[in-house]
Parts: sequence; C-alpha cells; structure tokens
Amino acid sequence: MKFWRAPPAADAETHGLLLALVAALVALALASLAIGRYPLSLETIADILLGRDIDAPGRATAETILFLVRLPRIATAIMIGAGLSLAGAAYQTVFRNPMASPALLGVSAGAGFGASLALLLHLPTLAVEAAAFCGGLAAVAASYLAARSTRSHSLLTLVLCGMVMSALFQALISLVKYVADPVDTLATITFWLMGSLAKANAADAATAAAPTVLGGAILFALRWRIALLALGDHEAAALGADVARLRAMVILCATAMTAATVCVAGIVGWVGLLVPHIARMLFGMEPGRAMIATATMGALFVLGVDDVARSASIIEIPLGVMTAVIGAPFFLFLVTRARGEQWS
Amino acid sequence: MVVTRAIEIDNLCFRRAERLVLDSVSFALDAGELLVLLGPNGAGKSTLVHCLLGLAAPERGHVRALGDDLRSLTRREIAKRIAYVPQSGHSAFAFTLEQMVLMGRSAHIDGAGSPSAEDRDIARRAMIDAGVDHLRKKAFTQISGGERQLALIARALAQDAPIIVMDEPTSSLDLGNQGRVLDLMRKLAANGKSVIMTTHLPDQAFNLKARVALLRDGRMIAEGPAEAICDLSAMSRLYAAPLRRLTDDGAKGVVAFVPDLS
Repeated sequence: MKFWRAPPAADAETHGLLLALVAALVALALASLAIGRYPLSLETIADILLGRDIDAPGRATAETILFLVRLPRIATAIMIGAGLSLAGAAYQTVFRNPMASPALLGVSAGAGFGASLALLLHLPTLAVEAAAFCGGLAAVAASYLAARSTRSHSLLTLVLCGMVMSALFQALISLVKYVADPVDTLATITFWLMGSLAKANAADAATAAAPTVLGGAILFALRWRIALLALGDHEAAALGADVARLRAMVILCATAMTAATVCVAGIVGWVGLLVPHIARMLFGMEPGRAMIATATMGALFVLGVDDVARSASIIEIPLGVMTAVIGAPFFLFLVTRARGEQWS
Repeated sequence: MVVTRAIEIDNLCFRRAERLVLDSVSFALDAGELLVLLGPNGAGKSTLVHCLLGLAAPERGHVRALGDDLRSLTRREIAKRIAYVPQSGHSAFAFTLEQMVLMGRSAHIDGAGSPSAEDRDIARRAMIDAGVDHLRKKAFTQISGGERQLALIARALAQDAPIIVMDEPTSSLDLGNQGRVLDLMRKLAANGKSVIMTTHLPDQAFNLKARVALLRDGRMIAEGPAEAICDLSAMSRLYAAPLRRLTDDGAKGVVAFVPDLS
C-alpha cells in the first residue's frame, strides 16, 4: 500500500521548514495571549510579562486574565495538540496502519467512558484520570484483538473495529449519563465530555502536560526502535527489536497521552489522524524529525483552532466540532486517494 | 575438539495445530557456504526460516548460531549474528531507501540511541555494494520490486551479521534482477558469510554452485551439492510432477527443470 508518492523533501529544506514551524508556534502562542473577549494589547502583555509599568490602570484585571485564563488555556491547547498528534503517529506505527488514530481506534470514547464512570462514583480527580487511562487501554486492546481475530489484512478492518468499539463506549457513556443524578453529576459529566478549553486552568494544563511530556519523551527516546515496528513483527524482530515489549510500551504511552487530553478537553477527534499525515508528507519518515514536526504541527493546529473557536463568534464553538469540520473531509480525501492502491 | 559451525540445526521439530510441520530437520553450515533450500509449497520452508531466525520456537531440537542456542540469546544478540532478507513486500509507510537500510543497524544501536555517523557510513557502503546507492533518497514505495529486494539485501549487509537468511529473494523478480541478486549472494559467500536461501528454482543452486537441501512434508529428504542431489527423478519426486531437464551448451553445468506437459 502506498500512501504518499511524493518523495520526502531534501534534508536542508526540511530543517528550515521545521525551524519556521517552531517559530510560528511561538509567535502564535504570544499572539493568542492578545486574542479574546477582553481586549489586551500586545503592549500591555509585554508590560506584564516583563514586569514593567506596574501601576497602569486595569493592571490587576489584565494580570488575572493573562495568568489565570489565557496562559493556562494556551498551554493546554498546545499540550493537547502535541499529545493527540504524537499518540496518533504512535498508533499508526505500531498498528502499521496510516488510518489509525486515538478517535478511530475507540481510545477517546473508552477514556471518556472510564472518566464518566469515575465521575458518576464521585471519585477524586486522580482516580478520574486513571479511569480514563484504563478505559482507553481497554478500547484499544479490544479494537486490536477484534481486528486481529478477523484475520483480515485490510487496513480498514482495524478502523472498522475501532469504530465499533467507539460506538459501544459512546453507548456506555449514554448509560452512565442516564443513571447519573440530573441535579449535579449529569451536568458535570456532560460539560466534561463536551470538550472545551473554556474553563482550562493551571491544573488542566498540568494534567495535559504531564503524560504528554513524559510519554512524548519516552517515544522520542525510542524513536528509531519504534520505527522498526512499521516494518511488521517478523522484520522488526529479525532486526533486533523486542516486539511485544516495545509495542506494549508505545501503546501505554499513546493511550496515557490520549486519556490525558480526554480528561482536559473531552473527545477531540481527527487531530491524531490529520496531523501525522501532513507531518509525514512534509518531513518524511526520519523518526526524530517526523516526531518534532508532528508535535509542533499538532500544537499549532489545536492552538489555531481554539483561537478561532473562542473568537469567531460570541458563543464559543466546541473544539471537537471545529476539528471534525476540518478533519472529516480530510479523511475522505485519504480514502479516495488510497482507493486506486492496494488496501491489503 | 568441537568445531563451531556458523549455523547448526539439530533435530528440529515444529508442530502447528497438531500437525508436525518440521520433522527432525538437521543440517549445518560453515562460514562462506551457500545453502539452497528447495521444496514444494507447504513443505515447511517458511517455518524453517522462522525457526532459523528465532521467530518460531521449535517443539524439539536446537538452532545454534556461532555455537549458541538461539533460546539463550536476546533478540539483539540474534540480530547481530543472523540477518533476514524477507520477500520484498509493500510498505505502508514511505521510508526512503536510505532509512530502510539504516534500520539494519538497529541491533548495533542502544535502545534509546540513534544511528551514529559510523552507522550511516556502514549503511552507505552496504547500499554501494548492493548497487542501490543512487536510489538512496527515493521512497521505498516508489522503487521497483527488484530494487526493493536489493535494498533489503543492503539492509542485511548493514546489519553486519555473519549469517544471512533469505526467504525466496528472487520470487517476484525478472531474470535480470534474479541475476543481480544471485551474483550478490555469491559475493557474500566469497566474503565469508553463510547464506541460506529458499527458492522454487533448482537452477539457481547450480548457478551458485551451492549445497542443496530438499524439504518435503517437513522432512529433509536429501542434502548435498546440487549436481549430486538434483537429478530428474529426485526433482520429479520432490515436486510430485513430471519434469523435463534442460542443460546449457557450455561447461558451466547449469541445469534447469521445467514442467513436462506432454
């Protein structure tokens, strides 16, 4: 199966492009500080960040908005974008399937179910996160085993099994909502699953950051070994990889990263599918460069989408809605593009 | 004194779902030797290859590489001793040929490491030796089947293992590319590698002046030099079909077998 026919661009060219992307992310992050309902000029922001002009009128309000509202939200968006994209790329490699992604494998729905069950039982935050992780892990394991038991080599089988798991866990989420107390728990679960960064605070940023940074670091350290998994179990093992352990490690990292994003922003689809593809298209398969590009572009994408989501209209557009509007047509584009090629 | 063979298969048995796929297979190979494994479809060639690589655990018997049982070695240690050249298939991801060959260095790189300048030099030399260096920036998905096969051999060269196992390396190649692959194998053996390949074409064994092992229903029914083993009746029995024997006009002694339709 051939996905990208275009040869990866020359090394020197991609180095410059990668630097430009990182610079764009920094620039967008700074610009995002100025975006929002309450007007904060770039000058005011610079004053606050550099500790100048402390007695300016409205300074306290500006500081509150900057540090308690916008900065955590921007950090959270960056972490979610990077986390989902890296998780998507990791799943695609271990399952040797360019169509795999956290949402299409059912991981996001599984994590959502785990978390809503924990919320129903009024468990503490850490337990909610652990439950999300377990739910995600159960979903990806079920999707993988179901696809394997069909003995089909088609790439769509895994996606189909993932969608079945996703539907199953969505139904279970509905069940949890149905039995939840409509006065308090139901509202909590519903808001929580809707996926918005509107209430992102420093704790959310930390929740998203810890697994993303840790999982990302592990995946990055093992990047050359993980790339072997893309060749298939036998070839990877013959090249010296401990396939079972390596695959388990990658799935654990990717699922922890996905679960963390679900805990903070609910189910945000398509990012993990879309971004790794574009990163591979622009930067090729060289493991280190591909990972940095994936993380940077994912962060750029979600931060940009969230900026639009919170500034385009008076009412916030949910993040998951925006990513679906962009991601779904892209998925169809992939399917049509791959149609002429062998799928099995 | 016990002489350590490069690779030694001793009384190997493998069972899959009650069926004995390999039944007491034994052979050994020294450095610089070529062994061509012949057998009809379903004879157990692929299973034997998997056992040779330590990918399938035998029910009984041993596979020893440079004297050590594969079961006592880690995956990386095995990969440093035995390189595998699979049939060139499709890849879902567009690695460049250079990246593909570089992955041959994995066994020599620590878990969290990345290829060093030396690893890249070795990979480059392997690509030059296999004659695919001019394709190194091409995506693996864009080159022809023959080029892919040569690239996979380059990857095995980069792996720098004394033993190379090839699973039908010429099965999807045209005659020109078959010749290129066989020539490369001959050079490898001349440089001291032990090479084991499976094929459906007995003439390749004559061409390589290789030793031949005949595998049928999981049993090794004959082993020895091609010209001693591969006569018309042995080949007809092996493939359970009437065959015709063709010889070339020169002194090279290449013999080919074709199906006899009369």
